[in-house]
Amino acid sequence: MADDSDLLLEVNDLKMYFPIQKGLLRRTTGYVKAVDGVSLSIKKGETLGLVGESGCGKTTTGRCIVRVYQPTEGEIVFHDEGEAVNLNLLARQELKAFRRNMQMIFQDPFSSLNPRMTVLELVGEPLLAHGIARGQELEDRVAEMVNAVGLKVEHLPRYPHSFSGGQRQRIGIARALVQRPRLVVCDEPVSALDVSVQSQVVNLLQDLQSELDLTYLFVAHDMSVVRQVSNRIAVMYVGKLVEVAESEELLRNPKHPYSETLLSAVPRPNPHHAMQRLSLEGEPADPANAPPGCVFHPRCRYMEDICQTEVPELTELTPGRHVACHFADQLQLQGIDYSASMES
Amino acid sequence: MAHDSLLEIKNLMTYFHLHEGIVRAVDGVSFEVRRGQTLGIIGESGCGKSVTAHSILRLVPSPPGNIVNGEILLHRGENGNEDGFVDLAQLDPRGADIRAIRGAEISMVFQEPMTSFGPMHTIGNQIIESILLHQEGVDGSEARELAIENLRRVGIPRAEQIVDAYPHQLSGGMRQRAMIAMALSCSPRLLIADEPTTALDVTIQAQILELMTALQEEYGMAVIFITHNLGVIAEVADEVAVMYLGRIVEQAGVNELFDNPQHPYTQGLLNSIPHIDEAKLARLRAIEGVVPDPYDIPSGCAFSDRCPSFMPGKCDSAMPDLAATGPEHRVRCFLYSEAEEIVTEVADG
Repeated sequence: MADDSDLLLEVNDLKMYFPIQKGLLRRTTGYVKAVDGVSLSIKKGETLGLVGESGCGKTTTGRCIVRVYQPTEGEIVFHDEGEAVNLNLLARQELKAFRRNMQMIFQDPFSSLNPRMTVLELVGEPLLAHGIARGQELEDRVAEMVNAVGLKVEHLPRYPHSFSGGQRQRIGIARALVQRPRLVVCDEPVSALDVSVQSQVVNLLQDLQSELDLTYLFVAHDMSVVRQVSNRIAVMYVGKLVEVAESEELLRNPKHPYSETLLSAVPRPNPHHAMQRLSLEGEPADPANAPPGCVFHPRCRYMEDICQTEVPELTELTPGRHVACHFADQLQLQGIDYSASMES
Repeated sequence: MAHDSLLEIKNLMTYFHLHEGIVRAVDGVSFEVRRGQTLGIIGESGCGKSVTAHSILRLVPSPPGNIVNGEILLHRGENGNEDGFVDLAQLDPRGADIRAIRGAEISMVFQEPMTSFGPMHTIGNQIIESILLHQEGVDGSEARELAIENLRRVGIPRAEQIVDAYPHQLSGGMRQRAMIAMALSCSPRLLIADEPTTALDVTIQAQILELMTALQEEYGMAVIFITHNLGVIAEVADEVAVMYLGRIVEQAGVNELFDNPQHPYTQGLLNSIPHIDEAKLARLRAIEGVVPDPYDIPSGCAFSDRCPSFMPGKCDSAMPDLAATGPEHRVRCFLYSEAEEIVTEVADG
């Protein structure tokens, strides 16, 4: 792993349990363990992709990091100019002020913008809220940001309904970036968009990252998109990270059986692609009632006795690659074969 | 016309008459679905792919929607027998004829399995209803047996218990399997699948695609598979139609389309998506601009304002025809206008 000076964010043993309440007295009868012991770190300027299927806790992880949720347990440390800030220890006011360092881009550009606010108000609101700018200065900064995301100054007095999905997502991006955050949690930022618009927004996010020196946590379910933007990829399954690796390395040479199946399930836009799909039986486990041992064992093709009883720890297999599997060093898993495509 | 044709659509136009103006959601679409084959329709939102599908089953809400022109011929005759066909476009959308066809000869699988089942009835009752409606001489307990049999066939475990479950009790993947079981309960000859895997996770999507391919072989039915996902279409389709703003812009066999995409829009789509099994590009090659507003479609070729090969004076003055550029390949673009044969209007009957 990188030495500390490169780190922007460290998450240690993050847990987010949502209580299940039943009956008249709303007694807590159990917990949905949406995030169950996630540790990760993000370096300055990099993009960490967080992939997994619906319900695996990837969105909750992102929301805990920007403190939309108060996590049940765990430590979130933000490295700010050589100073380590533990977000759990901040008081309300301090946290509010600190929030400008961490912003979020949401999935649905239709429900995440207030329909009664103009683009100027939407993008300017964070500047007002943090007391960063007002009046003419605010308008100038908003106009600059709006230009940077590919919209025009004429758009400022308009309301969200007069924009297409892709343009709305640009407004959402401008709103998140106008206060110059250091870390941006992108929660499925392109999955609600049309195919031809997705690539525009992916390119925009990459351009803005280098222009504004941003660090991304890119949460998504589409492996092809995640690979396009990420330096490293973390694969999540039912509340836990199962593998973290440099992204090309993960694709070429997955070490966790779940990563292997996830890669083989990606539909390839190539009718000649020989089908070697590993069928994954069954469905993801219920995070309220996770199986004992390795959470993936009921669906795993390589399952042994130990997997049913002992939880594998996320351990460093080779430098930079962490895997949570009892047999990570023994299994020969199938990644994506680049031998054919590299010549073209 | 080829004798193995099951469904022929000729110059279909479905318009929506709204306050803001007329939306030409489907504007002159012609294609043919052969028995046992899968036709993939691909396009972005607003391209008219779903309205085409809804027009076939006459599910377009009217008002505001109307089929203003065209024929939708469902061939019923056996091989070579030209007599037995019905023009679905002429049927009363609320009449007995189309209701006898829906769910029996042609059935549909929708994108959202949660909203397409009624929430108040069990899965079993909804499948049984469809069986009792369309199959004569089947009584209630036989229909229940058939429903369980169908649920089992789509890979639902404990089918004899699940048959009494309500839709909300099932996961998304299981609900979509149940949806398919219901669609197949009367052995349709044509299944229309409208984004059937879009709401599902990739591993579940893979399961459903495999299931649909296997069932298609088993039942020998034809499928119209609608999606915006190029990866899914490459996997399931025999032939592909690419739609843009109400028109087919390119149509070809699946291998031909992916090996030799000709329309700038098709090329743009294929170039713009990240390919996981190819070397990573520093930047994606995005298509410029956005899909135009349906009230404000550019004159001439609808793609002209976004097209990298735009030819001023030509592309913005007239709509190119869908012309053959190869034995199994048709393209709507002036770049290929020297192609000899014009097949926009299928003249022979």
